[in-house]
Amino acid sequence: MKPAPFDYVAPASLDEAVSAMATGGGDAKVLAGGQSLVPMLALRLARPTVLVDINRLPGLDGIREASGMLELGALVRQRALERWAATRSPLFAEVLRHVAHPPIRNRGTVVGNVVHADPASELPALLLCLEGVVVARGPRGERMIPADRFYRAPLTTALDADEVATAVRFTLPPAGAGWGFAEVSRRHGDFALVGAVAVLARAADGTVARARLAFFGAGGTPVRGLAVEQALPGQAPTPARLAEAARAAAAALAPDADIHATAAYRREVAATLAERTLVAALARCGGTT
Amino acid sequence: MTRTIRVTVNGREHERAVEARQTLADFLREDLDLTGTHVGCEHGVCGACTVLLDGEPIRACLMLAVQADGQRITTIEGVAPAEGLHPVQEAFWAKHGLQCGYCTPGIIMSACAFLRERPAPSREEIREMLAGHLCRCTGYHFIVEAIEAAAQALAPPIPRPTPRPTPRSTPRNE
Repeated sequence: MKPAPFDYVAPASLDEAVSAMATGGGDAKVLAGGQSLVPMLALRLARPTVLVDINRLPGLDGIREASGMLELGALVRQRALERWAATRSPLFAEVLRHVAHPPIRNRGTVVGNVVHADPASELPALLLCLEGVVVARGPRGERMIPADRFYRAPLTTALDADEVATAVRFTLPPAGAGWGFAEVSRRHGDFALVGAVAVLARAADGTVARARLAFFGAGGTPVRGLAVEQALPGQAPTPARLAEAARAAAAALAPDADIHATAAYRREVAATLAERTLVAALARCGGTT
Repeated sequence: MTRTIRVTVNGREHERAVEARQTLADFLREDLDLTGTHVGCEHGVCGACTVLLDGEPIRACLMLAVQADGQRITTIEGVAPAEGLHPVQEAFWAKHGLQCGYCTPGIIMSACAFLRERPAPSREEIREMLAGHLCRCTGYHFIVEAIEAAAQALAPPIPRPTPRPTPRSTPRNE
């Protein structure tokens, strides 16, 4: 057996899960889809003393759309969101298609992926782009952590060791907004070398009302393209302006170099992908997000 | 730490005590002697251990055996009918879709579920599905052809149009 020994509890209620996490004394881990945690156990990168399996908790598998928000419980599988998105949201459908492969998405949860905080993963960047919130429950009660303050470093978030992430909320783009998504990876379903996701809304006079862009695989956490968000509103979205804003956003990145790509390559590709997502978002304005 | 689980595999119920850290893949192979589920990378990348959980493909190396308590699993041993092969297996044989065969059970499990959802897939869609399975022998080309052939074999027969009487005046294009 590859993982180191651990205790296993399968609580029947959220309160029980929260107290099981507290009993673990900082070495407990939540087991939901297991698509990131179990590999870490197999490689012994993680050696928790107790796994708190939340798969049998009731009421955590809901996909709820209300007042411009999309709320997903901690047991919503990536595949379930993909199926929801097939008829509701081309943006979510396109992003989900790039998250690993169907057998992984059948088990992997959206919340688990967001909380695992791999900097090259698509969903954390989408959460950042869509002004998302992580809902956490701990011994001190429930709190909402905005995506902006959630990601601290690779695989490191603002979630406390005794907290359980019970849901995530995405702010759905306003009606008529356009979207763009692009990534470069060696094979379909791999973690991206670099990627970007953008949303653009236009005012009645054709100028940009709002622009939002997030990169993944371009640093230790998902990163907002602040240069894009600040430069474009109020401006006419000419091709030259979009390209300039994309280049400025990419120039602010501090990507890592690794066996797959140099930092300079990642920054260069990030600029190109940012521009492509903005151009695509502009072209899709007036359609469905 | 062990727990007793009850799990239905290929229609047969089993009750066993398992250690919490045992994966479903190891449970199937070592406790149930169902060695058709192959174990490659053991961290979810290669796809060799893919089985069906309630009809949906999953990685058996990324699920703990304790989590399978009360669940319904199908492995490669449960795919073929009592006699002969499943059409997907037939197609892999006919199209030479395997060489060493190590990755094959996982691919067949994925392909069965994939073809149920997409009965007439494009080559592009087949390749996207196969991205989740590593094969080091074939170069994938014959696997794609095998899945295409399986899709055709599984397709419901096209109903033949009811023949209409041909008007006598129709010119023949000879």
